[in-house]
Amino acid sequence: MSKNLRIPNNKFIDQTSRISFKFDNKTFYGFKGDTLASALLANNIHLVGRSFKYHRPRGIMACGSEEPNAIVQVGNDASMTEPNTRATEIELYEGLEVTSQNCWPSVNFDLGAVNNFFSPIIPAAFYYKTFMWPSNFWKLYEYFIRKSAGLGKSPTEPDKDIYDHRYLHCDVLVIGGGISGIIAAKIAAKNNLNTVLIDDKNTLGGTTIFQENECFKINNSYSNKWLKKEIETLKSLKNLTIKTRTSLAAYHSYNYLLARENLTDHLDINEKKDKIRQRLWKIRAKKVIIATGAMERPLIFNNNDRPGIMLASSIKKYIDYYGVKCGQKVSLFTNNDSAYETAISLNNSGVIVNSVVDIRDKTNSLIVKQAEKLGIKIHWKSTVVNTNGYKKINSIEIMKLSDDGSNVLGKKIKEECDCIGISGGWTPRVHLFTQSGGKLKFRDEDNVFLPDKTGLDQISIGSCNGDFELDQVIKNSVKLTNKFLKVNNNDFENLEIITSKEIDKKNIWLLPSDKPLGKTKPFLDFQNDSTANDIKLALREGFKSIEHVKRYTTTGMATDQGKLSNMHALGIIAETAGVKMGELGTTTFRPPYTPLTFGAIVGRNVGEFFDIIRRTPIHDWHVENKAEFENVGQWKRAWYYPKDNENMHEAVQRESKAARDSAGILDASTLGKIDIQGSDASEFLNRVYTNAWSKLEIGKCRYGLMLNEDGMVYDDGVTTRLSENHYLMTTTTGGAANVLSKLEDYLQTEWPELDVYLTSVTDHYGTVSVCGPNSKKILSKVIPDLDLSDKEFPHMSFKNALIDNIKCRVMRISFTGEHSYEINIQSSYARSVWEKCYDAGKEFNITPYGTETMHLLRAEKGFIIAGQDTDGTMTPVDLQMDWVISKKKYDFIGKRSLYRSDTIRDDRKQLVGLLTDDPKEVLEEGAQIVAEKNKQPIEMLGHVTSSYFSPNLNKSIALAIVKNGKKMKGQKLFVPMQNKTINVTITDTVFLDKENKRLNA
Amino acid sequence: MFLINCPYCGERDQSEFSAGGEAHIIRPKQPTEMSDDQWAEYLFMRKNIKGIQFERWNHSHGCRKWFNMVRDTSNDKIHAVYKMGEKPPV
Repeated sequence: MSKNLRIPNNKFIDQTSRISFKFDNKTFYGFKGDTLASALLANNIHLVGRSFKYHRPRGIMACGSEEPNAIVQVGNDASMTEPNTRATEIELYEGLEVTSQNCWPSVNFDLGAVNNFFSPIIPAAFYYKTFMWPSNFWKLYEYFIRKSAGLGKSPTEPDKDIYDHRYLHCDVLVIGGGISGIIAAKIAAKNNLNTVLIDDKNTLGGTTIFQENECFKINNSYSNKWLKKEIETLKSLKNLTIKTRTSLAAYHSYNYLLARENLTDHLDINEKKDKIRQRLWKIRAKKVIIATGAMERPLIFNNNDRPGIMLASSIKKYIDYYGVKCGQKVSLFTNNDSAYETAISLNNSGVIVNSVVDIRDKTNSLIVKQAEKLGIKIHWKSTVVNTNGYKKINSIEIMKLSDDGSNVLGKKIKEECDCIGISGGWTPRVHLFTQSGGKLKFRDEDNVFLPDKTGLDQISIGSCNGDFELDQVIKNSVKLTNKFLKVNNNDFENLEIITSKEIDKKNIWLLPSDKPLGKTKPFLDFQNDSTANDIKLALREGFKSIEHVKRYTTTGMATDQGKLSNMHALGIIAETAGVKMGELGTTTFRPPYTPLTFGAIVGRNVGEFFDIIRRTPIHDWHVENKAEFENVGQWKRAWYYPKDNENMHEAVQRESKAARDSAGILDASTLGKIDIQGSDASEFLNRVYTNAWSKLEIGKCRYGLMLNEDGMVYDDGVTTRLSENHYLMTTTTGGAANVLSKLEDYLQTEWPELDVYLTSVTDHYGTVSVCGPNSKKILSKVIPDLDLSDKEFPHMSFKNALIDNIKCRVMRISFTGEHSYEINIQSSYARSVWEKCYDAGKEFNITPYGTETMHLLRAEKGFIIAGQDTDGTMTPVDLQMDWVISKKKYDFIGKRSLYRSDTIRDDRKQLVGLLTDDPKEVLEEGAQIVAEKNKQPIEMLGHVTSSYFSPNLNKSIALAIVKNGKKMKGQKLFVPMQNKTINVTITDTVFLDKENKRLNA
Repeated sequence: MFLINCPYCGERDQSEFSAGGEAHIIRPKQPTEMSDDQWAEYLFMRKNIKGIQFERWNHSHGCRKWFNMVRDTSNDKIHAVYKMGEKPPV
């Protein structure tokens, strides 16, 4: 459009490489090195979005991460589109497509703008106050509120980009590549310290790199020339790593930091493919130097949010760095000296500077004098009382300030302009310092919060530490860095520095207008549309804490986290409430400093890498045989094996019947296995299990129950005595890791005198379990040499054996109540043993069964599953397992707790069996149990813990915990469901083969 | 994220460790002789100090060893680590 908005011969932007991009479906052109914001401004586009609540037109305001208005949707692909991206941080690339947000049908004609006319009746907390009544209307309200809530569109499909995580260790991390960061990095690296310098921009140099002003010189050249040479020398330093396009997101304790590096966001669309898009660096630094600089504050006056109203320092960057004129006739409005730098830069580039409106009475600093010399008009002791122009500013109204600054006087002057630069002073970026736990102090003379106390090995230098003048910045950065690193670098001694010094300071948080406050719109938080009026309303309604005011008015809660608005909100609260700002404190700055993509946070841990997946050595066989799988912790366990379109119920019924009628085979490899060795192994088991172990013969197995010290059941399993001082303990699948660490805990901290060694061998052995009346015949085919007679190899015993010359351990133990064997063999042979057993069992219709059938079979026998029938509140007595508690042992873990007043109560919840009156009715696990029908309210006596339809008994069976259940055998109870009530009877927990005849069948 | 100096392995990231509560609570040698109240005192009662606290830590994703730590809970500063059985520093 207007070509004359570009200044030719720019040093930083390559004006020979033209790039095309799309904004709201229209094609525009920019240059390599532009940001989206600078390219749009060069095309004379200020209006890029609508505000959140009133849908007011909003334009680009800043040039960095603090930008509140210019947030856009990048891309339109359902998997790659990204909302709420700051136009000031998007580097222009060929193929970039962006659209504006929060407007419909378009940013130029937005129907939501009707809200602006209603704004007097949409104050802070309007939604909280209005949609409270009638309360049952909320469902209706919610539908409409949800539709208008939120900014931008989320992608609807998985992200196709690749993200990465890496660790980084260094002696010194310097955050921020401006003048102080560069000085610090040079000092550190030259003193043989392994140094990393990071900056979120694509080049180093901060704002000094485009500072060409007579008032700021080093050794008789412009400060940017001097800095450029310094950056050149940095590149030759061996110990220094420089990372640009890397934004520090979080600063945690012990100098642990997270930084996001953009690797492909600036590349042309066809160069991005198959490359890592962003990398999250996990940094551990011995020392941290924060040099994050400061950001300019806006000024709070009536209608201060129109497109074309920008931060003065940003206008300067657009003209000096990007070579873009933000307007043709620019006014400036300030309370400090820095707007004069902008005025001079604009003037030198041929932009008409109408005037500088300065709220101060008069000042005579070097830079102001230079501006006056150039003929720039200054309105002293004046303020802007209003601005005009709906989609773009076209004029401002200026009036004189009263002596105390609370009022305006005299005649109103109207000044035509197409852009206004505002400057309300500077706010040190202390966000990272406070994230790390540092405490702030307040400096009254220029109203800034500064780093004060920290417990970490870190310093803040430069303007984030409150040094705003060039000579101060350099001298103090050198001094502080030398002291911090305990070195004595003199590279920066004897520099001749010329700098303009600010002499007069004046600050008014909320500038007066000729209209009463209620009739004005002085915006504080531009993105969330909260005004100074909203803050005052909150205070009138009784909110005092800054954290409450923030949430009530939503000031500082938008995607920019109030980077520009916070200080003014604090100032206005302090002023209105009559407290000192230093005492009021700030809201908490939380990570991340700028939003992170979810991709960067999760890195490679997506899809199958989301969590560790553990597979048994027999897994592939289950897959080949069409098993459905169940997640048990990290394990994939075969759940059931459907045949010819069977559903789960049908498959489980078939598998359960086969296991009892003839033979079943189960992959039990996931059971936790702990190898226990040492001369005190028996004594150790005595102390950790409730039952006695010292008399267990070698070659025998025993069931053990493990309690917590509070007497509650923790885990269970069978342990085998392999030799005199050698046991193999099994645990539940889910409990293996916890049991091992619990045992280690006792061994290391309570009983270090015991000679016992624990080793996890869960993954080392595969376990094949063959059960059923024909299991003996099958095993005799697989291991013909083994004597399987009841005399030689009775239930609860173990034998070493050889299968194809491979050693294995065979245990005759049973979790199903059937005659059964478990073969433990080195994992790599487990599948072949499984197949051997399966082939040998074919003539007996051996049926592979999964976890669901295993659960059903054990429930028929009333065997508990720790974690399903217990929940950390069940003692062995509650489980009716008194038989497993040794009366003779003096002590074991949890023993003393078994006779605390609470654990000996009769009316505790106890494990019982349940039978439904209708044998076809299967209860729902988790269903509540009550004593009376159709009564409300009614006490819940307990709940169903396990429930199945047993094909072997041809009826529904269940286990439940019921208050005082032990004494209620035979009693009728009720299970109320949504549509019906089910009648049940309390029974014994063992439903099948009470005499255990099948074990020896 | 702490940087913890395991007495057996040296400095490692906090993610390798798990915290195990208050240190120097000895399991009673004769629990049967204790009253319910005394047992409850051992079993349930733990200090939650703002300031210097003695804690048990386990290098669970490393050497699996338990050790003790003196930590200031108000600023997370770790003042000392020492092996099980060693006397706490004064």
